[in-house]
Amino acid sequence: MERIPILRMGNFLLVTIQVDMHDKLALTLQDDLTAKIADVGAKGVLIDISSLEIVDSFIGRTLANIASMARVLDAQTVVVGMQPAVAITLVELGMSLPGIRTALNVESGMEYLKETVIDYRNGEDYDGDSEQD
Amino acid sequence: MTGIVNKTEMLPIKDSSDVVFVRQRVRVWTTQLKFSLVEQTKVVTAASELGRNTLEHGGGGELEISEVVDGIRKGLRLKFSDKGPGIPDIKLALSDGYTSKQGMGLGLGGSKRLMNEFEIESTPGQGTTITVTRWK
Ligand SMILES: Nc1ncnc2c1ncn2[C@@H]1O[C@H](COP(=O)(O)OP(=O)(O)OP(=O)(O)O)[C@@H](O)[C@H]1O
Ligand SMILES: [Mg+2]
Repeated sequence: MERIPILRMGNFLLVTIQVDMHDKLALTLQDDLTAKIADVGAKGVLIDISSLEIVDSFIGRTLANIASMARVLDAQTVVVGMQPAVAITLVELGMSLPGIRTALNVESGMEYLKETVIDYRNGEDYDGDSEQD
Repeated sequence: MTGIVNKTEMLPIKDSSDVVFVRQRVRVWTTQLKFSLVEQTKVVTAASELGRNTLEHGGGGELEISEVVDGIRKGLRLKFSDKGPGIPDIKLALSDGYTSKQGMGLGLGGSKRLMNEFEIESTPGQGTTITVTRWK
């Protein structure tokens, strides 16, 4: 069966989506990632979508699901590299990708993950944060 | 819907890989019509939403892609049709957030915003045809 590879870099998992995913492939990625986070105790997940020419409601929902499952498993998710045309279209479609952290490119995405994970370890991130999502 | 139809292509929508093919073919047509990248992205995204609806809610069907001409302007028209259960309340179905399954309920309303013309014909028990056009 066709699968999207998941790379591991220390505490982090990296995924680059390079194909136009059909819905079942997106669901497989969601399952594989969730399993892998639990398996290796990952603290961060970076998903590079710079090759994606569109993000429709299904892909958007898949990304949101991955982020919320990761959160339950104590990992942060960042989605990087969304093309400007894709971002414009997503807004018009009505999807704001709630709860998804985005970054311009892989470098800044990695930086975000490193900072968040370190803050979290120091116990600084969660104190006084009453946000519920 | 206004305009003279220039040329057409028919595509089946029977499984999720057909929806991928729909996106690819619609992309090719928008490129040939020289739509800007943002316009291409909007049209392909709408096609993806409507194609998935044809599959998931309509139980499969087909897409007719055509180039239309109206005076000096050209456009791309997409006609999705199925022989599924139909949409009992079109107004409700179009409202953002309404879904009869576990979707986000954005497909129909979102596609309407992404295209210039949008028309639904649906008869309960007989099927649904959704025709959308984007002008250049
Ligand atoms: N071709 C169709 N045949 C029958 N019902 C349809 C069809 N297309 C849409 N609908 C109905 O309209 C509703 C709204 O469609 P819409 O695409 O907006 O949301 P969704 O498909 O449920 O979720 P999403 O597209 O966000 O994943 C659907 O839940 C379904 O009840
Ligand atoms: Mg839909």
